[in-house]
Amino acid sequence: MTNTAYNTERRMDELDRIPDQTVIPWSVAFSVSWGSLRRRFFRSLITMAGVILAIAFLTYMLVTDDVTNALILVNQDQLNILLQKADVDIIAATGTDKRMMLLIGLSLFTCLVGIINSMLMSVTERIREIGTMKCLGALSTFILKIYFIESALQGVIGTLIGLLVGFVVGFGISVHSFHGYVWQYLPVVEILKSLGISAVIGALISVVAAIAPAQWASAKEPVDAMRVEQ
Amino acid sequence: MTSEPIIRTVNISKIYKIGEEELYALRDVSLEIRRNEYVSIMGPSGSGKSTFFNMVGALDKPSKGDVFMAGYRLTDLSPSQLAWVRCHNIGYVFQSFNLIPTMTALENVAIARIFSGRTPSEARKDAAEALGQVGLSDRLEHVPGALSGGQQQRVAIARAIVNKPSIILADEPTGNLDLHTGEEIIKLLSDMKTNFGITIITATHDTKMLSASDTVVWIKDGRVDRVAARSDVKIEVGSIDGSTLA
Ligand SMILES: Nc1ncnc2c1ncn2[C@@H]1O[C@H](COP(=O)(O)OP(=O)(O)OP(=O)(O)O)[C@@H](O)[C@H]1O
Ligand SMILES: [Mg+2]
Repeated sequence: MTNTAYNTERRMDELDRIPDQTVIPWSVAFSVSWGSLRRRFFRSLITMAGVILAIAFLTYMLVTDDVTNALILVNQDQLNILLQKADVDIIAATGTDKRMMLLIGLSLFTCLVGIINSMLMSVTERIREIGTMKCLGALSTFILKIYFIESALQGVIGTLIGLLVGFVVGFGISVHSFHGYVWQYLPVVEILKSLGISAVIGALISVVAAIAPAQWASAKEPVDAMRVEQ
Repeated sequence: MTSEPIIRTVNISKIYKIGEEELYALRDVSLEIRRNEYVSIMGPSGSGKSTFFNMVGALDKPSKGDVFMAGYRLTDLSPSQLAWVRCHNIGYVFQSFNLIPTMTALENVAIARIFSGRTPSEARKDAAEALGQVGLSDRLEHVPGALSGGQQQRVAIARAIVNKPSIILADEPTGNLDLHTGEEIIKLLSDMKTNFGITIITATHDTKMLSASDTVVWIKDGRVDRVAARSDVKIEVGSIDGSTLA
């Protein structure tokens, strides 16, 4: 006989209208994404590697540029010898040159394509999972949220590591070439500005890379989960 | 008691276009399934069982005809309402389990509960209870890869019942299991019917899995071929075996 302790929570035929599905808050979506990132740690590392490399390269270029520009302005004989030894063109070096900008731009673009590609792959791998979640009652916006958070988190962590690596390497090489002069004429404001620019670019790249795969993932129909592909 | 059947399909057809050809995966299927009934859909591979499940489970829309669930016509519902129905009214069990490989048994069940609006901690508590009901209290922290096929299917059943649905849709739930484990899963589904009053709709190729059914529906080439009460089926088991194996 039917157990009275069990009652279907809301029987459809007792409702005047079928309610809308509950929207899952960002905080809960965050914990789901975080769990998924943690468990696919190596997969996430590969995605992050793209961001880390691009941002480290950008930060390195900007920071060494800041330091050499500051030292050129000092215009002191002994320092100029050091600058020449480090292959810095004292006369032409007014701001970052165009070829460098192109190189940086290209590397950032490559990195963007890499992250999108790697996010798309991680979404493709999980189409069944997305379909299953939709069968369990997930709204498209929830799928959008978790994939957005996942790629944004990878972007943020990647950017932070990239900033650190780029700064340490750039600054380290400067100190190695120009010794104490770096400390003496340290362009603090410029360096901070460069770090800021790198962080903003890193965040932008990650968000742009996140939107396409998340949109694609959330548009999947639940029937996809039903297709048995062994 | 309501007289409205929990599922009613009215002349549903599903047409797939392959180039110029029109393929009828389902053709004018009209069926009624009553509350607390255990229905088995039988039919050879490609006969349209999964297509029928997708329509009845609000996962796909028929090309023609209507599906009514507890009196509601599914095509009248918005995407958000359909998600509500999938979450609260239907539990799905798949042939290949469809558990999320990176989540533990507990998390796999809890996520379904989270979709119904529970907080993660409430969801974990309810998930543990549902896993207890399928006899897996000692496997909460195992990931699917560390569970046997039968245990994975139990987790899937716990996930299907955690939101206390009125229907469980199981598409070949025993397809990837050996005979003995398959029979245990059928017994478990049947217990869900007797203990909780859940309507069970299941598809199978295998006549040995019919023992728990109240009603057996044969589908052939997208049409309902025959509907019979199980008591009528028993007598002719020999002949069914012959025809399904052919
Ligand atoms: N997405 C699709 N596109 C085209 N044809 C499809 C699609 N899905 C199913 N079909 C066709 O519809 C028919 C019914 O398929 P369905 O999956 O419902 O069969 P089934 O009874 O579940 O078979 P099985 O026992 O092998 O699971 C088949 O001929 C199949 O090829
Ligand atoms: Mg099938």
